[in-house]
Amino acid sequence: MEFKEKSQVLDKEGIKRILMRIAHEILERNKATKDLAIVGIRNRGAYLAERIASYIKEIEGEKIPIGTLDITLYRDDLTHASGQPVVRETKIDFDVENKTIILVDDVLFTGRTIRCALDELIDFGRPKSIQLAVLIDRGHRELPIRPDYIGKNVPTSLKEIVEVHLEETDKREEVVIAEAS
Amino acid sequence: MPKQVKWTKKDLLGLEYLSRSEIELILQAAESFKEVITRKIKKVPALRGKTVVNLFYEPSTRTRISFELAAKRLSADVINVEVETSSVKKGETLIDTGRNVEALMIDVIVVRHNCSGAPYMLSKAVKASVVNAGDGWHEHPTQALLDMFTLKSKFGKLEDLKISIIGDIAHSRVARSNIWGLTKFGANVTVCAPEILIPKGIETLGVKVTNDIDEAIREADAINVLRMQFERDESGVFPSKMEYFKKFAITEERLKKAKKEIVVMHPGPINRGVEMSTEVADGPNSVILEQVTNGLAVRMAVLYLITHAEKE
Repeated sequence: MEFKEKSQVLDKEGIKRILMRIAHEILERNKATKDLAIVGIRNRGAYLAERIASYIKEIEGEKIPIGTLDITLYRDDLTHASGQPVVRETKIDFDVENKTIILVDDVLFTGRTIRCALDELIDFGRPKSIQLAVLIDRGHRELPIRPDYIGKNVPTSLKEIVEVHLEETDKREEVVIAEAS
Repeated sequence: MPKQVKWTKKDLLGLEYLSRSEIELILQAAESFKEVITRKIKKVPALRGKTVVNLFYEPSTRTRISFELAAKRLSADVINVEVETSSVKKGETLIDTGRNVEALMIDVIVVRHNCSGAPYMLSKAVKASVVNAGDGWHEHPTQALLDMFTLKSKFGKLEDLKISIIGDIAHSRVARSNIWGLTKFGANVTVCAPEILIPKGIETLGVKVTNDIDEAIREADAINVLRMQFERDESGVFPSKMEYFKKFAITEERLKKAKKEIVVMHPGPINRGVEMSTEVADGPNSVILEQVTNGLAVRMAVLYLITHAEKE
């Protein structure tokens, strides 16, 4: 299916401001960086997690542990014929036990990816709590999942898709809404 | 991003039938599974609800355990069928056994058989995925894949590596699968054995042949030492164990003439003091136990890919 870009939701500056704001919110809510860790969901959530972690370091001067989750092996739609998933590496180099973990993804949609990520994360141990940060919440949840930090609420129709483009993966930096053409 | 190669095959029958990019796909997936097996909870739900049958018509400890564990790490249910306890003793054919197993809604059959081509025949008869765990003298694809995975993690690549496969080439499915796989990646493969254990025409597979063990070792980046399969010597033409050890065994003395960093592999089980001395098997160049660990990751990758194959 081909998609046609319709409108820009965020530009480079907009993304930066949002991530900076989320970094502040995380610190405000959790008081400090003690026992804090951040885990991004591959692919783009991982880059967003790294950026938030670097903003936290800018603000507090403390480096928090960063991890990356590949949720492929936990997906509930593996048997559906929607393109073969490629398994990439999950990297959690710290002990999740008793940590407050900020889980980061680019777009929150049905909530199924988050469900997978929660299952996988908990297989690494028992965190004290898990909080969810997303750049875009586009609605249409199919599971009872709610983000703790939202970059921007973007109401969408089911025919539309939200594309997040980041320097690290796409050589440009913006969020756009596209529609099947 | 370059377009990802998709896995489209129902079965894994041999490396002869795979393209280089398909092999790369398996090795890449195995990297991720290697991470999974080092976690505290070494299990992922990717094959939850699926069933894997290990159908072994030949004795095997490590391959069977490795496949069983690989399936369990992926949350599949596993059944082991061993020949002594099954109705094969009552004369049931492989195909009948396969179809009966399939009637129980099994998803994957891992088969080891003493006849070359048996997994192929089975794969045509059943809808379930078939994985060749060694057939006669033909192929042992997962062993070669784990050897390649081990080499790749040691050297970062397979291209232009000099690999010598030493030992009973004639009766070795491990050798054949390794030759198919390694030559597809542009490695330089040499086979070395007593004349009688070199199959005629093996050089047509793109390998060099030598009977001189020192020559096989001298330039090699890695050697893959095969087990002398004395049980297959029906006509009594094999050299004696003593004779073989003297002329072909990998010893510390012989390794002095090799590259200092040479990687020593063996698919196991080792006949210590026949094809390899104990000092070498347990020595600093040996990666034999790493091979076993990597085998688990590779078999997880294979089971995952064939059960998630995309329709062509």
